[in-house]
Amino acid sequence: MEFVRNFPLISILLSLFAGPVSSVLDKKKAKFLNLAVIIIIGIMSGFVLFYVLGTGQEYVYTMGHFPAPWGNEIRVGILEAAMALFFCVVMLLCVISGVLERDSEIEETKHNLYYIMVNLLLCSLLALIYTNDLFTAYVFVEINTISACGLIMIKQTGRTIEAAMRYMIMSLLGSGLFLLGICFLYSLTGHLLMSNIKAQAAILQASGEYHIPLLTAICLMSVGLAIKSALYPFHTWLPDAYGYSTLSSAAILSSLVSKGYIFLLIKIFYRVIGFEIIKESKVINVLFVFGIAGMIMGSINAIRESDIQRMIAYSSVAQIGYIYVGFGLGNTAGIIASIYHILSHAATKSLLFVASSGITDASGKSRDFFDLTGSGYRNKLAGVAFTVGSLSMVGIPMFSGFISKLLFAQAAVENRHKILITLVALAISTILNAVYFLKTVVRIYTPEKTEVVINKGFQDVYMSEQKAKSFAMICLIALNFFLGLFSEPVVVLIERGLEMFA
Amino acid sequence: MSRKIPDSEYEKTLSYKLKSWLDGTKDAFVGTVEMKPQPDFCEDEETLIKREKEKKQRKERVYDIANNIEINIFKKFYSVFCVAFCLFLVTMLLIAVSYLPSYGHPENPVNNEVSERYIESGLQETGAVNIVTGMILDYRAFDTLGESHVLFIATCTVLILLRRDRKKDEWGNDIDIEVNDRIYEPKNDLILQTAARVLVPPIIIFGIYVILGGHLGPGGGFSGGAIIGAGLILYLNAFGFKKTERFFKEKTYKIMSVCALGCYCLAKSYSFYTGANHIESVIPLGTPGAILSSGLILILNICVGIVVAGTMYTFYVMFRKGGY
Repeated sequence: MEFVRNFPLISILLSLFAGPVSSVLDKKKAKFLNLAVIIIIGIMSGFVLFYVLGTGQEYVYTMGHFPAPWGNEIRVGILEAAMALFFCVVMLLCVISGVLERDSEIEETKHNLYYIMVNLLLCSLLALIYTNDLFTAYVFVEINTISACGLIMIKQTGRTIEAAMRYMIMSLLGSGLFLLGICFLYSLTGHLLMSNIKAQAAILQASGEYHIPLLTAICLMSVGLAIKSALYPFHTWLPDAYGYSTLSSAAILSSLVSKGYIFLLIKIFYRVIGFEIIKESKVINVLFVFGIAGMIMGSINAIRESDIQRMIAYSSVAQIGYIYVGFGLGNTAGIIASIYHILSHAATKSLLFVASSGITDASGKSRDFFDLTGSGYRNKLAGVAFTVGSLSMVGIPMFSGFISKLLFAQAAVENRHKILITLVALAISTILNAVYFLKTVVRIYTPEKTEVVINKGFQDVYMSEQKAKSFAMICLIALNFFLGLFSEPVVVLIERGLEMFA
Repeated sequence: MSRKIPDSEYEKTLSYKLKSWLDGTKDAFVGTVEMKPQPDFCEDEETLIKREKEKKQRKERVYDIANNIEINIFKKFYSVFCVAFCLFLVTMLLIAVSYLPSYGHPENPVNNEVSERYIESGLQETGAVNIVTGMILDYRAFDTLGESHVLFIATCTVLILLRRDRKKDEWGNDIDIEVNDRIYEPKNDLILQTAARVLVPPIIIFGIYVILGGHLGPGGGFSGGAIIGAGLILYLNAFGFKKTERFFKEKTYKIMSVCALGCYCLAKSYSFYTGANHIESVIPLGTPGAILSSGLILILNICVGIVVAGTMYTFYVMFRKGGY
């Protein structure tokens, strides 16, 4: 067996091991270890991706001496490896970007605890991506939830603690429903391994036996994961959690944590239950309705917000709505569009969070909409980055958001019953996106009177002062353009990965 | 510079206009479009007072919670809706459960080849007499590895939330946590101390026994660790932080958890790696029933036990005073 095949296991264990080790290190060493671990795992995921692309078929990796239904196993295909690589890249940029904020916002002695959270979060994301066992997925969902809570409340203000509390309650409700769903499935099929459950579920569906419990299990798991990934009516925890936590945390939470759960849901649709059964169960229609509602209501809430970070956070609700609409279309093109939107949203939302912190730096840390007047001139790179992110979110060609909207529209054409409502909702949501994002862009490029700038003590911010943040912004802008201009290979990669997935 | 056309003609061309516009010598709008500077916005006193008054009224209306009809209606609706929704959910789930396979029936889908192999060949393959331990620490060791890290990360989040790293208060005085903590509790309670003196050693020894016998009978790292943690908490309650500080500080916890989790991680990495690459493992299984048997399970149980005991104790001290 080639040594490359061990890389997924090594990357999971490496990030898992880095967690406890960080607890005995001091701030600087823990930071170094964390960056090294993310970079090494990113490189290894790249190797795995090339290996899987070369062989053209996925492989199963047994965890221990016992084969699958008895022991654990992980399963590696193109989509998994690509996701792992992408998550590592985004996480690296998010962690780098917030160095200055962390120094001022986190207590000196608690820095290493922050890196423990980041390491274990990465570990849980990797495990969620690779695992082929439902119960392993549940265990790592727990780690994911707790570490996300830690990331929110590491900046200790009343707001963040309240946000973490909300997040904990909603997220545990989601975990509980998900666990209940697993229990139902286990007692119906007698398996926890995804491939075996799928075989059993197909038999059950054909014989018509246990129809109601199977439906209940699908509902419970979908709703559980929808709560955890902030689908529209369950989004109330989101704006506080993203809006008030420290910069790296907000970027990581919005671009990675919720995406991990969505990826798990895709996995459940394709690998655990089988997409045909999901389509027949009509659960996707419910997700579709909530997705459409999220697309519109999220944007309306964002328009009403005057705090820029919370505005970006509300925009996440709308974007998560898009992803669920892709599921709801019930065809492969819809799922491809959703996966593409996961990538595009992760790249864009982290860019927007970093850029918004850049422009608030140039406005005396005030996040109020009117204080941002002219900040695009005071911090030039952040202004450009925010403009790029906004245009991408609105869906202007050349940027990544355009491609995902195009893919959604194409997917909608294939579904005769939902084409009209999807296209109308896409149009309305695009206009609403434009209203609040372009409003902000115009605001940051409207020159402010000199006396106001002097009175409020706004300082110009230069790239040399914030090297890490500038580096992250430039990389994220490049990633955005890459996804927008060279979308063809990415879409082909997702298509091939999805074929392998099913 | 030589030019083919005279200056007067050149000034009429588009390129000259563009050039002069770019240079800033001529504004294209000046003279062609009527421009008027807007007067600054100013409000007369009357409207200002009126506006303030309206704002105040609005505020009173919104924040007068006791007499706010909307909020009262919402509150009533909310409580009714909560109960109704919970009842609905309970009914739906009960109906769904009633369709599940009946409990304990031999034909159930749960009784398949998976549990058959666990029961029939668990003893030979893992060397553990206790099949449950064999299952969680050998067959499905990856899940348990994750589960022990759940405990670790839970402790870390409690540390983030509750550990008090500031030694001085806002006015620069030392915070004497010990004194504050003891105000509301009896100090040196003779009954408690005597009972603890008798109880703590057997509790901790029993915990160690449960951990070490995890592969032979009921028990294991999770339950044994919880027992040891309870013993430590009882000791702390009886004798106070001064006594426990002698052997349990934050550093102790850190080293304990790093060693235990590292040991677990390395041991399991070895067995995952050899298992996946079809390399024969060198760890002997031993004779089932002996204390030194069942391969790695004994070591893993000890690691889990240490993590659980540390977690229990840490939770308690964090909620009690925010430090060790």
